[in-house]
Amino acid sequence: MSTFVIGYYALLIGASCLAAYFKRREMFLLIFSLTLVSFVTGIVGGAPALRLITTCAGLLALAAGTSYAFREFLILITPEGVAKELRTAPLTAAFGMFVIFTYAIAGIFAPIIAPFGEAQVISSAFAPPDETMLLGADQLGRDMFSRIIFGARNSVGLALLATGLAFFMGALAGLLAATKGGWFDQFMGRFADVIMSVPSLVFALLMLSIFGTNLTVIVIVVAVIYSPRVFRLTRAVAGNVVVMDFIEAAKLRGEGTWYLIRREILPNSTAPLIAEFGLEFCFVFLLIAGLSFLGLGIQPPTADWGSMVRENATLISFGELTPLIPAAAIALLTVAVNFVVDWMLFRSSGLKEV
Amino acid sequence: MGDILRLVFKRLGLGVITLLVVSILIFFAVELLPGDIAEAVLGQGATPETVAALRTKLGLDQPAIFRYVQWLGGALTGDFGVSLVSGERVSSAISGRFINTLFLATYAAVIAVPISIILGVIVALLRNTLFDRVANVVTLTSISSPEFFLGYILILYLAVKTNYFPAIASLSADMTFGELLHRTFLPALTLVLVVTAHMMRMTRAAIINLLASPYIEMARLKGVPPWKVIVKHALPNAWAPIINVVALNLAYLITGVVLVEVVFVYPGIGQLLVDAVAKRDFPIVQACCLIFAATFILLNLAADVGAILTNPRLRHPK
Repeated sequence: MSTFVIGYYALLIGASCLAAYFKRREMFLLIFSLTLVSFVTGIVGGAPALRLITTCAGLLALAAGTSYAFREFLILITPEGVAKELRTAPLTAAFGMFVIFTYAIAGIFAPIIAPFGEAQVISSAFAPPDETMLLGADQLGRDMFSRIIFGARNSVGLALLATGLAFFMGALAGLLAATKGGWFDQFMGRFADVIMSVPSLVFALLMLSIFGTNLTVIVIVVAVIYSPRVFRLTRAVAGNVVVMDFIEAAKLRGEGTWYLIRREILPNSTAPLIAEFGLEFCFVFLLIAGLSFLGLGIQPPTADWGSMVRENATLISFGELTPLIPAAAIALLTVAVNFVVDWMLFRSSGLKEV
Repeated sequence: MGDILRLVFKRLGLGVITLLVVSILIFFAVELLPGDIAEAVLGQGATPETVAALRTKLGLDQPAIFRYVQWLGGALTGDFGVSLVSGERVSSAISGRFINTLFLATYAAVIAVPISIILGVIVALLRNTLFDRVANVVTLTSISSPEFFLGYILILYLAVKTNYFPAIASLSADMTFGELLHRTFLPALTLVLVVTAHMMRMTRAAIINLLASPYIEMARLKGVPPWKVIVKHALPNAWAPIINVVALNLAYLITGVVLVEVVFVYPGIGQLLVDAVAKRDFPIVQACCLIFAATFILLNLAADVGAILTNPRLRHPK
């Protein structure tokens, strides 16, 4: 029994007693079940396992602290109306916003932050980390850290572009279908059905095998695959707005379709559309990451997270964690966006579960 | 009974039509190639004579509609033509691998379906507690991670560092069933992690939706014990959404399996598809796409038919 182990259990048991005394039921349950789990893992894994649990708990606390501070910071610097909304954000949403903010900084200022260029060969292949290279070198001797920073720009940028295009096409078609109705509506609806009845990754592979893998093709193909989702949602949302009285009034005033869409329908359907944009971004981002991982996405030497994982995968068989960092970066951003979207959906729908 | 049958047949007919349209899409997508297959395969250095020879060999001198009918007829009897790269019959390249993929997906489904439904119901009953919130964050994280991330993490911790399971799922014909399960455990587990998270969330939403309905409240108010409310009042109505959830997620497995097979070098149809795309071997790409799309459509169809059969209200449309 080392001092660490004794201190560890003393802290946990003390904390659970305090929680029980102050009648914080959930807190007590959480801490005490953690204590019980620690007993088991401590016996099986010994002190290292306990250390791992401590590190995880510390990381969680750090993330919670950062998100709390970030939320307070946002409340202070934004104007009154936005600040009021932000106060209702749960910690997970604040964490999501913080991560998105960090990625945006990394992406925009990539050339300044990264110590080396994305295609610059600076040492031997798979060189271990040292003072100049934070994470070591990749399979061609390029700096891993710089490539991850540049990857934020390339991977996220491409996904944003594709999502934007998908959204533009889907929303436009959806709005037109809702206002015009008739054969256009029917035709677009069936067309969306057909595209959605092929699994997205398989469809993307089919198209890429035909048109080859360059960036324009990827953006267009991915946008076409995901626009039916936007189309359906927009059509449903706009369909509810179109039957309102003020639309009828505008029509009687003699306004054109374009005016109706822009000034009457769109402002009344933004909330669900913004949340859908976030969700859509997650899907697109994961699809493009998957394609890059398969070697069919962004082509080398451009740094991209998906292909970085594949190129350095051999390192994993030596027990190295570095090849997983780009994959973790993908996962972290998707989780962050999902957290924010979750909160927005909850707010915009006024969804109160029983 | 006549009504149900008619409804089911109507849905089946719709499924067949979708499948037909998708097959047209898959076949004619290749026709969109600048030039045609022969030019794409032979590349720029080809002489007009060799291109013409390949064209006749592939039957490209016939009209596209004729070739489509021929291709579809062949596909229905399991004949997908000849690979452009190896010259092997596509059906013989696919058949063994297709069984491997089905095995992997079934393996994952057998583990994932019971676990996620039970967990989903538990989470729905404990909604808005700390446990529910933790489960929400964990499942969201699992959904958001790319399949290859989960796969490599499992390889790192369960294969490289501890040696419990093999990192590469190579199969051979003379393996016992237990050995087979052990070899393919990691790819199956990766799929299980992703699908379980999806299914849990959907089951939770379905059950919560149900528990909000007035007849559940009525049952509670008249003093029915909580377990009986679930088993007698909620569960019979929950079958439709749960069947739906299961079928939709099995369909999701189809896409997930492609990436997982590549990560674990598993000899399945997804790996074959990715290789064929890189080599631009169109007959194989078309065949694989058709198989994936057909499975996807069939599972969605099963979800709809299941919903019709378990929901009396759908059985008697007004």
